[in-house]
Amino acid sequence: MGKRVVITGLGVCAPNGVGLTDFTVALTNGTSGIRFQSELERLKFGCQIAANPLVKDNVLNNYFTPLQLRGLNASGLVYGVIAGMDAWADAGLEPNATNEPYWDYGILFGTGILGVDKFREAILMIDDQKVRRLGSTSVIQTMASGVSAYLGGNLGCGNQVSANSSACTTGTEGILMGYERIASGKAEAMLVGSCSDSGPYVWGGFDAMRILPRGYSDKPTKASRPMSASAAGFVPGSGAGALVLESLESAQKRGAKIYAEVLGGEINSGGQLGEGSMTAPNSLAVQRCIRNAVKNAGINAEDIDAINGHLTATSKDSLEIRNWSAALGRKGRDFPYINSFKGMIGHCLAAAGSIESVASILQFSEGVVFGNVNCEDVHPEIAALIGEDSIPKKTINYSPKIIAKASFGFGDVNACVIFKAFSDEHQAETSR
Amino acid sequence: MTKEEKYQKLKDIIKIYLPEDVNIIDVKEDSNFISELNINSANLVDIVLDVEDAFDIRLENEDMDEMQTVANALRIIETKLSEK
Repeated sequence: MGKRVVITGLGVCAPNGVGLTDFTVALTNGTSGIRFQSELERLKFGCQIAANPLVKDNVLNNYFTPLQLRGLNASGLVYGVIAGMDAWADAGLEPNATNEPYWDYGILFGTGILGVDKFREAILMIDDQKVRRLGSTSVIQTMASGVSAYLGGNLGCGNQVSANSSACTTGTEGILMGYERIASGKAEAMLVGSCSDSGPYVWGGFDAMRILPRGYSDKPTKASRPMSASAAGFVPGSGAGALVLESLESAQKRGAKIYAEVLGGEINSGGQLGEGSMTAPNSLAVQRCIRNAVKNAGINAEDIDAINGHLTATSKDSLEIRNWSAALGRKGRDFPYINSFKGMIGHCLAAAGSIESVASILQFSEGVVFGNVNCEDVHPEIAALIGEDSIPKKTINYSPKIIAKASFGFGDVNACVIFKAFSDEHQAETSR
Repeated sequence: MTKEEKYQKLKDIIKIYLPEDVNIIDVKEDSNFISELNINSANLVDIVLDVEDAFDIRLENEDMDEMQTVANALRIIETKLSEK
């Protein structure tokens, strides 16, 4: 068995809260980060609402040097650096002040596409025959590994510094990749996370696919309706989440606070076979992913007392519930609590897995299960599968022991991670 | 514009590219941008663009290759301005 891996730091830049304090309050109260976007109206989008973090200009000075701020035009990079630096500080770790890289600390920060606004700037200049005017910032703000590269330099990490990408699975996949690196003894700590840019150039493609809700411009906070009979598509979002994963050994040696333990999980793909396609999940693979995650975590399906689903607020939500129910062999009143934060923060695409994992883990320290918004009218197919009590409409006081979090993405890819409330069993035994 | 004014203008540009451990008062005419001022070589292209904007001139690749020190930069600026 590999090393035990725990979570010692969290950071978040979410549409309904930048920083852990604001984010926790927003989740507790069901505060939405979904707003009308005049720019999308001007550009004649079908869906003119979206969820993006509100980052104040003066806050940027705490994370970027004046030189880095010059020509900075990559929103995902801003969100990623804020979340990443915050998570590192939250873990009680310092940026490297020596000349020796932190050989045992690495970074894995994923994204779907980075710096699209910067890329557009470059495209316009290049087409205007001004390639020589691009300067040095064009590449570093648009490379997929831009966030890990910035964080790597800020923190002086000397282990793996990289970026993963698997569409909307990215954030959850990254947690498992970081977990595996620590469990196998290749790193002591990994800063993992993911981000997604804001703006029409990221969201336009989804609008064109006609999978976003229309007609909610005057009531944006009602638009994202996971598990609801009136769900009309996912609301596009953006932001970043970050977690410091660390070997239990290292965390205890530092005396770090421990949010939770990562027990393991599973990553797989449905091969775009059967009912699976580029954009639709193969249920066989989804169920297998969940079942293997339970097995790899060394728990039983009935140990799970809360689930944070992918649940984007499309017609596929019912199918997802059916897959959870089948994979865990649990239904009706026996089904665990389940929530989706997308009702408040929309679907943050590549950032979804990391932001939602941060939120899921906060449930341990807060002793709550955050409520679902906009699902007063639970979809009948879902109501037929699981008890209404399994879907809290408001935040409830309940201390979950084991939370399962899954994300699914385009390309028919899946990831499911199992988090456990931390208890040092060994220590408990010896002190008896 | 006097030589002193040009020097000051150039120093204002250089200032933002200096790493934390180098102060603007360390910048001398014979300072080498990379080896002495520790400016990231990738940022030299940004300094060139800033110089172009500030002095309303255009620098070619050869000019950039020659621009090793503050004095080199000043001489290139001088030449370009006189050609205008």
